[in-house]
Amino acid sequence: MSRVRLLVGTRKGAFVLTSDGTRDDWHVSGPHFAGWEIYHAKGSPVDPNRIYVSQSTGWFGQLIQRSNDGGLTWEAVGKDFNYDGTPGTHQWYDGTQHPWEFKRVWHLEPSLTDPDTVYAGVEDAALFRTTDGGQTWEELPGLRNTKGHLWAPGAGGMCLHTILLDPSNSDRMFVAISAAGAFRSDDQGKSWKPITKGLKSIYELPDPTAEVGHCVHRIAMHPSRPDVLYMQKHWDVMRSDNAGDLWNEVSGDLPSDFGFPIDVHAHEPETIYVVPIKSDSEHFPPDGKLRVYRSKTGGHEWEALTKGLPQENCYVNVLRDAMAVDSLDSCGIYFGTTGGQVYASADAGDNWKVIVRDLPAVLSVEAQTLP
Amino acid sequence: MIRVALPAHLRTLARVTDDVQLEVTSPVTQRGILDALEATYPVLRGTIRDQATSRRRPLVRFFCCGEDFSHEAPDTPLPDAVANGLEPFFIVGAMAGG
Repeated sequence: MSRVRLLVGTRKGAFVLTSDGTRDDWHVSGPHFAGWEIYHAKGSPVDPNRIYVSQSTGWFGQLIQRSNDGGLTWEAVGKDFNYDGTPGTHQWYDGTQHPWEFKRVWHLEPSLTDPDTVYAGVEDAALFRTTDGGQTWEELPGLRNTKGHLWAPGAGGMCLHTILLDPSNSDRMFVAISAAGAFRSDDQGKSWKPITKGLKSIYELPDPTAEVGHCVHRIAMHPSRPDVLYMQKHWDVMRSDNAGDLWNEVSGDLPSDFGFPIDVHAHEPETIYVVPIKSDSEHFPPDGKLRVYRSKTGGHEWEALTKGLPQENCYVNVLRDAMAVDSLDSCGIYFGTTGGQVYASADAGDNWKVIVRDLPAVLSVEAQTLP
Repeated sequence: MIRVALPAHLRTLARVTDDVQLEVTSPVTQRGILDALEATYPVLRGTIRDQATSRRRPLVRFFCCGEDFSHEAPDTPLPDAVANGLEPFFIVGAMAGG
């Protein structure tokens, strides 16, 4: 029977949650790297036991851990993230230029074909790649040449948090950066173009339709249809049917179109999920009700999924990397909260139950479907 | 032998359970201790001082014989009690937070 393994990153360590295919009973292992912030952990699609972890603290800096046995043992690998050449400057909060400074790795995206190749999205925003299993990292500097001097940090920092690899075109990838926007490369990361046409950031940018500067919170794609992208922007849920060349708003009847994560059903490319949050200044669910919203029409029309989720006095947040789906026949969907709960649905969101409820604040959740 | 007391997180990272002991050539300085420490435990490179600038990370402090040596120049000789191994060189995570 298939199994599911969840890799959960929290403010104070990593946790590995495992279950058989029924997803009824879960075993919780951890904390791994206790006391460290684990922004993200993700396994290789071609070797699921090869797992990469971003481990950091404000005291001792950034580390990358690698496991070759599904998280039983770990090895610290390379942690030198040096910007290519002279790092240059980007826009600062007061409008002046500020030097690029590495702070941490937000997201690790293993290659779809090679377990030794991984992309890393970092703060201050840049894209790095290793081809030797994490021992050495090199920047793909073409990204920061895409009007990088106009990028500015948002409240959460200037982080590159989303990396999508096109499974049908190995030359193509997408990234998203808070308060810089979304970008596409069609040459394996050498050169990039902003893909922001159709985005509107009224009262957020001096020019609401500027090419860069939009606060993109997350982008999602279904592997069978990589030209269709879904985006949770700071405000607005958006959709593109042409690999980001043009975006259209699909917020429809959501109670709030502010939020962080967005994800796609494993087998239904038009079924997508968001977690509406009240506003940019009130990072909790509207009305104190934790509701996942599902659209089976690729946006516009949404239904609230509430069974098993707290419907009163709930004031947690769900962060951008903290939602994931498995690929079992009945698609499982998972998310973690800033209150330390990890929720699971084994039936595509119809019913939910909590796997564990008192972890440190959850920063990321990734699901692995194992044989 | 010089004794170095590491904070808990760095002991875990270096896979040690107690003070570490290092050979450091005289005169014993912060730089000499940190060079020897990083050579013996490469996983600690970058966790105590910046790898590019060799500057102490902002939230790391150094103590010797109850005194804060964090702001001393890295090549300043350390007290005899540290140099002869009677007292450890303490590497401490600074107070941070509210």
